[in-house]
Amino acid sequence: MPLLCVSDLRKAYGDVSAVDGVSFSADEGELLCLLGPSGCGKTTMLRVLAGLDEPDSGTITFDGREINHLPPQQRDFGLMFQDLALFPHMDVFSNVAFGLRMQKLPSSQVEKRVEELLALVELGDYSHRKVHELSGGERQRVALVRSLAPAPKLLMFDEPLGSLDRALRESLQSQVHKILKEVGLTSIYVTHDRDEAFTMADRLIFMNHGQIIQTGSPEETISAPADGFVARTLGFKNILAGVVLEDGPMLKLDCPIGVISANKRPGINTPRGSVQTILIDEKAVSVSNDSANEINSFQGVITERVFRGYHYELRVKINGGELYCHAPLESREVPSEINQPVSICVDAPSIRFLDSDE
Amino acid sequence: MIKSTGILFLVALFTLLVTACGSDEPGSLIVLTHDSFDIGEEIIAQFEEDNNATVTIQKSGDSGEALNRAILEKGNPSGDLLYGVDNTFLTKALREDIFIKYESSRMEDVPSQFVLDDTFHVSPVDYGYVNINYDIAYLEEHGLTPPKTLEELTGEEWKGRLVVQNPATSSPGLAFLIATVSYFGEDDDYDYLDFWADLKENDLVVKDGWSDAYYTNFSQYDGDQPLVLSYATSPAAELYFSEGAYSTPPTGNMLVDKATFLQVEGIGILKGTQNEKLARKFIDFVLDTPFQEDIPSRMFVYPVNSKAVTPDFFKYAEVPTLPSDIDADTIDENRDEWIDSWTKVVLR
Amino acid sequence: MTAGRLLLIVPLAYLAIFFIYPLGSIFARSLGDESNFGFEPFSILLNDPYYLGRIWFTIWQAVVSTLLTLAIGLPAAFLFARYEFPGKTLLKAISSLPFVMPTIVVAMGFTALFGAQGLVNSALMTMFGLDNPPVRITNTLTIIFMAHAFYNYAIIVRIVSALWSNLDPNLEGSAKMLGAGSIQTFYHVTLPLLLPAIISASLLSFAFSFTSFGVVLVLGGPEYSTLEVSIYELTAKLFRLPLAGALAIIQLGFTYFFLLLYSKFQEQSAVRVDLKPRESTSRHPTRWKEKIFVVAIILMLLTLLSPLVALVVRWITLDGGFATNQMANLFSDDRGSYFHLSPVTIIWNSLRFALITVAISLIIGTIISYTITNVNRRWRNLSDALVMLPLGVSAVTLGFGYIIALGRPPIDLRGSWLILVIAHSLVAYPFVIRSLLPVLKGMNSNLREAAAVLGANPARVFLLVELPLIAPALLVGATFAFAVSMGEFGASLILVRVEFTTMPVAIFRFLGLPGTANLGMALGMSCLLMVVVSLGFIAIERFRYKGIGGF
Repeated sequence: MPLLCVSDLRKAYGDVSAVDGVSFSADEGELLCLLGPSGCGKTTMLRVLAGLDEPDSGTITFDGREINHLPPQQRDFGLMFQDLALFPHMDVFSNVAFGLRMQKLPSSQVEKRVEELLALVELGDYSHRKVHELSGGERQRVALVRSLAPAPKLLMFDEPLGSLDRALRESLQSQVHKILKEVGLTSIYVTHDRDEAFTMADRLIFMNHGQIIQTGSPEETISAPADGFVARTLGFKNILAGVVLEDGPMLKLDCPIGVISANKRPGINTPRGSVQTILIDEKAVSVSNDSANEINSFQGVITERVFRGYHYELRVKINGGELYCHAPLESREVPSEINQPVSICVDAPSIRFLDSDE
Repeated sequence: MIKSTGILFLVALFTLLVTACGSDEPGSLIVLTHDSFDIGEEIIAQFEEDNNATVTIQKSGDSGEALNRAILEKGNPSGDLLYGVDNTFLTKALREDIFIKYESSRMEDVPSQFVLDDTFHVSPVDYGYVNINYDIAYLEEHGLTPPKTLEELTGEEWKGRLVVQNPATSSPGLAFLIATVSYFGEDDDYDYLDFWADLKENDLVVKDGWSDAYYTNFSQYDGDQPLVLSYATSPAAELYFSEGAYSTPPTGNMLVDKATFLQVEGIGILKGTQNEKLARKFIDFVLDTPFQEDIPSRMFVYPVNSKAVTPDFFKYAEVPTLPSDIDADTIDENRDEWIDSWTKVVLR
Repeated sequence: MTAGRLLLIVPLAYLAIFFIYPLGSIFARSLGDESNFGFEPFSILLNDPYYLGRIWFTIWQAVVSTLLTLAIGLPAAFLFARYEFPGKTLLKAISSLPFVMPTIVVAMGFTALFGAQGLVNSALMTMFGLDNPPVRITNTLTIIFMAHAFYNYAIIVRIVSALWSNLDPNLEGSAKMLGAGSIQTFYHVTLPLLLPAIISASLLSFAFSFTSFGVVLVLGGPEYSTLEVSIYELTAKLFRLPLAGALAIIQLGFTYFFLLLYSKFQEQSAVRVDLKPRESTSRHPTRWKEKIFVVAIILMLLTLLSPLVALVVRWITLDGGFATNQMANLFSDDRGSYFHLSPVTIIWNSLRFALITVAISLIIGTIISYTITNVNRRWRNLSDALVMLPLGVSAVTLGFGYIIALGRPPIDLRGSWLILVIAHSLVAYPFVIRSLLPVLKGMNSNLREAAAVLGANPARVFLLVELPLIAPALLVGATFAFAVSMGEFGASLILVRVEFTTMPVAIFRFLGLPGTANLGMALGMSCLLMVVVSLGFIAIERFRYKGIGGF
């Protein structure tokens, strides 16, 4: 039986429904990532789980016990706030010790534990610093160990690393991940950043408009995103809608960029005249100079070029639509200048069909 | 921990403060009065000893507020007696019917001129005269002689040199207004309002209370005006409180016939008292010589008991020969109208 | 939540019993007196140009006074918020003294300075060989405005500097980096952020000027009577209760109207700011410009305080300087008056009433503030304005309300000292609310929630997290509650039993009799009052308990 079970949870603020019938579960030691755009209900989800807000309906069971109406201080959960919410009137030590003191631990133990924790995040010498004297990364680490200190049974993070620079964020991500796995903590991590989610998560939960769209491991979801929203959240950019012109082993769809052929997928019903959402991986789009007359070849113009380190990402306008694709650096055969005409070829077998887009 | 000790500390502190503030003892005699009242401690102690009672003196604002309080509390008084009803409000008080009739045997020592209420609901206790005081040193320095008539005050030499109190807020102010009515009359060619209008033209200064007029405007106390509306006993008090700095008073009385006001203060037993017997004894006591003889050096007014001996310095508390002659009923009938007219002429 | 609702009973009961019920009783008595309860008194008042004039005068003098108060208070608030300098605590304490001093004493100070024989005029006359005193402001409008500014600027200083000193100086710094000059920075960044506190403080200052009694009565003279003075005249002197009641209702109505306007405006101006510990926001002046500014403001404050200095000088030099004699008179009892009380007892009276007032005001004010912060927007403005209403009620009306409403068992408080602290706390708790609300509105609710998630129950969340953060505001509130109670004497005069004599009442009693010795004792008691109150202010300022007050 899973440690945490959420079933058909609903929470509205006034007329606005923030969480609209959400069900999921978490096993002991599992690290869940809640992914979704801002306003999708993930913060509300955390607040309800933490007991800061009461759900309108649905149930939350933890360790076999319904905890809907349990006040936050009795849940033994941890929550790391987006703005960290460090107590400005306390020093680092008192911040970290707060939860331990609430458990009425003897002060010698409190001291020992806080020192260990601060050492863990390399802030051993900082215990008497005031919060306003710390840098951004130091604050994140203090907030992290503060939520870890009372050994919560469930730890939640609300986009805790949002405001940091990339390098710091990545190092903290792996630090947090390491610590969580070492301790074996069950955690829910809210983010809107795909890479962060991939680093942290055992399992991803995609939320939009207060509802769960898809759950699965990072690998599962990236290989089979359920719909356009999930695909976009995962970083896919080429999501097109097309009308089926011809049903068969090889489908023909009328898309904004032109008529595209795709392999029929088993189990997906694609009657003629129906509208389908397709996903074209950027890596499955090839760019060249010569206008070879292959299947799924299109002519377009480059409208945007972004340097991505190992390659250029090109945005190509084709007929009434556009596609993103990758172009190798320093290649003479592959054009990569803005306004240059190019020839685009889409690999038909790699085209995937999604559930209707949003 | 932090919480418990902190709360304990606060609770302890609060309890200490609350208990330190004492509690009420019912069953004792409570005398309501105004904030000018004062008497010797040993005088009250004597009464308490003789009658095996405790006396609480409860001041309640100025004389107007104290009377107003008694009227509002009619039938359920917070005190047993009210000390300090004067002849400007006597009729009003009697009409409100807040007092129990009591004629003390001591009244035989009180000259009839002070017996304002012949129904004996209010017994006279003390009296004083309201008139203008002048600063002797200032007048000498500026080569001025004290004014002999009220009319003189409207002259150039006294321009900006007189401060009086507002009759709407101050009892000497009201008394002097009545005195001017008595002096000039109401319907004469030059009536009291004409006089006040001329005073206003002559930069009259009006203050709302006696204390601020006396201590912030009177030149004796570094103010700007050498003439102040005060009491006939004030010069004597100046001498008494000068700590030996003066041998004669530094201020003088301007005593003009019919232009000083005799203010008689009385005491009455409040209806609804549970201690009527003791209250009667208190009135007897107040009219008796020990109390009467203590009055001059406490409140700087004269005792009504003709047998009471006044202290030596009271020889400077001159008695006007002819105070105003308006009786309490007339005052009661016209008080509001006089004040209204005065306000219109002087303040608006 | 339920515990919170239960707590709310405390302030509601307090207001119902000690404010609404007595007020309702006196209004009912006043207006229903002449058998036909009616609106006649209102129509009399509103058709009388005199009273219409009083209403108009009361409003505009309060507006002008408030503006002047702001002009003086804001630079001083900046000084105390941003700069460290020697003697800061002392200066802050004594610059709030005016708020406490009885008007008649202040009037004496003004006379000693600006009277015809006062210091300023004597100096000018000698310097320029003038025959007549050049400065004549006694009993003018000018002196009313000056006196209101003198009395109320401490409100601006305390409330605004409390927020200002927790405001991140980087905000101002970043505005300057973006090219804003000092004035532009103040106008576009600092002012909007401070607005809630400024409006709060202005409202209190306005309310005090609007219901001004003593200042107008003593310094202005009867030509300038406010509604409050008119109500007093009608009640205590003319016995025209219906008119007085109607006028008191009109005053209350106007107050409520202004309070509503205010809370609407306050609602729009509330900004959530991250507060910084004050130790990190103030520093010693370094540049020349700053030093000059600091010195200039200090000089301005000292000038403002000069009437008080004049009082001390007057006391010391009175009649050839027998001030020590008068101090001895204060302590000795050679006249054996029934009303004589040792100054020690009088000081203790004042202090204990003030401390109880502080305790009541903090409790009531804090509960109300939390409630207001949590109610929904529609009710917030209405209830905010309602709980501030005691500021607009005429003291004499409420006093008589107490006499008729609280004079029968089970609550007969007419002879009790309780009525004193209740009256004091009614004026004092709005200060707690006004200084607390901006902080509560600006407080990051995540802090509260973080503490809850970390296992703190609501009581501990309050004690360990919220209390330390709101403590600066509570201390400001406590300062004013203390000051209100130490300085109040209107209510105290209605209830003077010798054993309840407070310092202002004693001063008033001395000034009730003519004679130098009386003046000397009054001045001596005034000086004692200044010392005691300054020490009280410093004690509150320095109050530290388990992290409270350090932030």
